[in-house]
Amino acid sequence: MIRSGFYLKGLLSVRSVDSPAIALGCSFLAIGALLKNIGFNFQQSFFSTFFTYALPGQLVMAESFLVGASLLNIFIAVWLVNARLFPMAVSMFPLLKSKKQPKWKYYISCHFLAVSSWLIMKKDYRTINEDYRIDFWMGIGTATWSIAILSTILGFLVSDYLSKDMMIGLAIVNPVYFFCMLLGSMKNIAIGTSVILGTILGPVFYLFSPEWCILYGGVAAGVIAFFAGEFND
Amino acid sequence: MTDLSSNIILVIAVTSIATYLSRSLGVLFSERIDESSKIFRLFDCIAYSTLAALISKVVVFPAGDLGEASNLIRLIVVFVCVGVFFIAKRNLVYPTVLSAILLTTLIKFV
Repeated sequence: MIRSGFYLKGLLSVRSVDSPAIALGCSFLAIGALLKNIGFNFQQSFFSTFFTYALPGQLVMAESFLVGASLLNIFIAVWLVNARLFPMAVSMFPLLKSKKQPKWKYYISCHFLAVSSWLIMKKDYRTINEDYRIDFWMGIGTATWSIAILSTILGFLVSDYLSKDMMIGLAIVNPVYFFCMLLGSMKNIAIGTSVILGTILGPVFYLFSPEWCILYGGVAAGVIAFFAGEFND
Repeated sequence: MTDLSSNIILVIAVTSIATYLSRSLGVLFSERIDESSKIFRLFDCIAYSTLAALISKVVVFPAGDLGEASNLIRLIVVFVCVGVFFIAKRNLVYPTVLSAILLTTLIKFV
């Protein structure tokens, strides 16, 4: 069903010194501590990362919960902030398609889609046989998802020992790591323009529409970058 | 079960469904897309730019604990770490570790 060799290769891909494990761990450590501070118990914190596994969405959930937002409001706010997962899925799953693989693998493993696993997969997919990329992906996803869950548990358990300054320090690790990773992936005009324009337009659109800024900024920058890439070709 | 507990369970369920929706719709849509097509390249650009927009929004207009540090300090940390990333030949470990240390230090002493 799952080719263990490829799965294991994916699982072990987070072992390298510069893998996203550190950034992912720090961020979910902070989430674990945050969830405890807002009144979640151990099981609830665990299941939050187990079922959601999307840092910005969990942050929005925590903030919305704190201010007593309705379930519908929470749904819309989380959907908006996690809408980036749609283009990420569309730009990755075609690379994993194989007629030899059952569809359920794609619909179950899409739960593992996150910035960390996506960037690893985009970097390494060419080295894997097309028919078994989905197994490799499931390995990467299992590894990054497990790190997130374990870090949430750890954050929950050590939250009393984390000072405010330490929490702030942990919060910057994730954006810095992933921004550097994005800069490192600027291999052509289209992707380079996407990253640079997205970086500028995200905060610019926030001034007009805080809720939709990521979508507006991302789509506008992506479309311009696409045409820049096509024009250059 | 208390009201708060059942509320939290509902909030987790709603959050999980909202998140899975984007992921699964992406998989559904991608079934009809070929990796050599223009639409694939367009979505590739949008995926990278949306991530960049999200990260820069988190730095410039942060939610949660990061908002306790001033905008200037956050931007200094990011610029220094990006500089270190390129100086260290795109090594990700140095800027990642430095970012936490530098931000904590700057908050304390600036």
